[in-house]
Amino acid sequence: MRTVPITARITMPASARKGEVVTVRVLVRHPMERAANAPGVAPTPRRILHAFRVTYGGEEVFRMDLSPGVTANPYVEFTTVATESGTLVFEWHEDGGAIYRREARLDVA
Amino acid sequence: MTALRRRALLSAAAALSVPALARAQGAARLLVIGGGFGGASAAGFARRNHPWLDVALVEPQPRFVTCPYANLVLAGERRMEEITHGYDGLRARGVRVIQDRAEEIDPVARRVRLRGGETLSYDRLILSPGIAIRFGALEGYDEAASRVMPHAWIAGDGAQTRLLRRQLEAMPDGGVVGLAIPANPFRCPPGPYERISLIAHYLKRHKPRSKILALDAKDAFSKQALFQDGWNALYPGMIEWVPLADDGRVVRVDAREGVLETEFGTRHRVDVGNVIPPQSAARIAVASGLTDATGWVPVDTRTFEARAAPGVHVVGDANIPGPMPKSGFVASSTAKQAVASAAALLRGEAVPEAPYFNTCYSHVGADYGISVVNVFRPNAEGTAIAEVPNSGGVSPRGDLPEQRRLEARYADDWYASITADLFG
Repeated sequence: MRTVPITARITMPASARKGEVVTVRVLVRHPMERAANAPGVAPTPRRILHAFRVTYGGEEVFRMDLSPGVTANPYVEFTTVATESGTLVFEWHEDGGAIYRREARLDVA
Repeated sequence: MTALRRRALLSAAAALSVPALARAQGAARLLVIGGGFGGASAAGFARRNHPWLDVALVEPQPRFVTCPYANLVLAGERRMEEITHGYDGLRARGVRVIQDRAEEIDPVARRVRLRGGETLSYDRLILSPGIAIRFGALEGYDEAASRVMPHAWIAGDGAQTRLLRRQLEAMPDGGVVGLAIPANPFRCPPGPYERISLIAHYLKRHKPRSKILALDAKDAFSKQALFQDGWNALYPGMIEWVPLADDGRVVRVDAREGVLETEFGTRHRVDVGNVIPPQSAARIAVASGLTDATGWVPVDTRTFEARAAPGVHVVGDANIPGPMPKSGFVASSTAKQAVASAAALLRGEAVPEAPYFNTCYSHVGADYGISVVNVFRPNAEGTAIAEVPNSGGVSPRGDLPEQRRLEARYADDWYASITADLFG
């Protein structure tokens, strides 16, 4: 597994009350190349982010499989329940095996 | 001249001078709400082609300021008077112009209540009320904030355009002009990018060290390649366009501090802020129950009757016309179809079939024009509209200075011609 830089933006509150529903929005810069193979077009292999996973305190709270039909620069919004102070880990899995990872801290009072 | 002929002429003259009163008895009443591109087109077209109709137009403003060419006013290339038009031309055609604001429609009783207290009855209604700004959709952007950071997206009496122009004039050289641009759909898809261009035109000549920061809730826009070619050619380094994917969507505005804040928390401090906020159909369409969850009015695509209220034909930026842009030209083109449909339905005739047109010029510089043309057709069921294949097109790309110069002049002719059709 290798982890390489990627432009990803995450927005969520830094703190929440226990039991509160927290909205998380994630925007990542990626061409989501769905492959091209047609007369007169330079052949391009598929290279998309095919999976997006989020863990919170080590437990998976969001998972999404992305297909070649998903737009470039995928934008995802989901909610989770604030249970305890901890780290949310965001992982994008790219064709070819690269994994891009980001983290965000949530303090729960 | 025989006595009979003379009497006929006299009564014709009387009909011209007091048209509404002379026709009131028995004539079918076509009421038009809104005196912009849709409404003025409808009223004039009705009188020209269906003189048997009693046509009244309700519009609160004594004169209409066009949104097209307002960006040239911002650039200092046109004066407000040149984009302001009165209603005497429509009066001369026999339209009864009522200066008041229509508040609510009762589509069952076929009545419209005016702010001044009067109630008007109609047989068919053409509603072309334009848009409303969704104040509050961007946190901190309310009416008070719009007097500090203008939207200049509803011309009204011209105050918003004047305010933005004054702010540009007052800004020191080296300042930053920030624009917030909404997601689709909104009035005039290429408008924000023409505005960026023409503000750049002004800054280049008067404040060349200044910058334009355009924060966009979209990743692509109308005539994008042509605009960006023009920006690179005319204003290199002056314009920074930030798409949605780079955190371009503004969600919060602090007008007092001069801050545009984006979704992922970047606070952009600007010297002049132009916030083009999310929009909906104008208030009367919402208040009368014509809009759906989108905030716009779904219509029959052949007659433009509101789905929620047959007999009320909704044209212009307030409706959702499939793939057609919210442009003045589409408003005018579809207003004529709405009137033709209303007239046919009043006479128990079949609704005419017609294509709809869009012609949209944008100025990238004062002498640099680009354009897009489309032809649309409704389906037979009146449920959809599609672009006619191979019907339209956009200006070609490339280094074509003569074409750009000519298109800027064609745009002037377009403006003269459509405003003459509306108000002449």
